[in-house]
Amino acid sequence: MSDLNVMTPEESAATKAAVMNQVPGPEVEGQSPLHHADLESLAQQGPKSGGVHLRELKLLGHLTLRCNAENAEQLAAVERVLGVALPLQPLTSAENGAYSIRWMSPDEWLILVPGLETFDIETRFRDEMPGHYSLVNSSGGSTVLELSGENALEVLMKSTPVDLHPKVFPVGKVVSTVFAKSGAIIRRSGEQRYELIIRRSFADYIWLWLQDASREYGLVVEA
Amino acid sequence: MFHIYCPHCAEYREEEEFHAKGQAHIARPLDPEACSDKEWGEYLFFRKNPRGLHHELWVHAAGCRKFFNMTRDTQTYEIKEVYKIGEQPSVVAE
Ligand SMILES: [Zn+2]
Repeated sequence: MSDLNVMTPEESAATKAAVMNQVPGPEVEGQSPLHHADLESLAQQGPKSGGVHLRELKLLGHLTLRCNAENAEQLAAVERVLGVALPLQPLTSAENGAYSIRWMSPDEWLILVPGLETFDIETRFRDEMPGHYSLVNSSGGSTVLELSGENALEVLMKSTPVDLHPKVFPVGKVVSTVFAKSGAIIRRSGEQRYELIIRRSFADYIWLWLQDASREYGLVVEA
Repeated sequence: MFHIYCPHCAEYREEEEFHAKGQAHIARPLDPEACSDKEWGEYLFFRKNPRGLHHELWVHAAGCRKFFNMTRDTQTYEIKEVYKIGEQPSVVAE
């Protein structure tokens, strides 16, 4: 038997579940699903004022956690790892610095963390979580777009049937829904700021859709 | 369009987010090996098609992706109630 105390995080993780570090490291450049759109150049050369601001929060770590909301030990373990409790109320979210958790379903949460920390956090979950649970790194499957500005809400209202009126969609609320004939997880992250988590394979389509939908307000790309 | 209350998300959403999955409360035979062809065939293929109250299984496909039950009037399209899997309907046909 090897000594668990002298194992590297990779070796110790391998003893608990089939996990691997999906990110080779900071020395290898990652490419987001919108790499080809070259948002950096658009941000430099494009308009600087407009009603809608768009920015990609790229290469984040996306972790899907499924566990039992009634298991106090699991809830405590999540709080030890992320420093913030799982949001148990439907359609709510919670944040601790760069870590954020979205309620997706009564037994499912989506956690976003900085990309290069993903494997470390995954490993800490394997160390801390008791009982029956599932943690899947789905970082490669999605990307995050942030829409802000005074007309961001209008652009979203063209794209989804969900009622986004501020009265029923407070800051912090999160919904998974249909979006421009595709799907998205929408979270209101500020008074006039919304975060869209979209599928990798739909990223280009949504990017084209958002450019079209925000044309009348003026689109400012940020990088 | 239906405006459907998801008992898991605890709010109303557009029908576009949901899929209907047919008749609810279909119990799988406890001992399939002991079923006659007729019993097994009825379990697999035969469904009610009432004019009036119907208990249906729905899934919040674009939302929380959980299943739930709905009692609906197939003639007026009125949704009488939604309830979670494992619960019994409170609105039933006479
Ligand atoms: Zn739901």
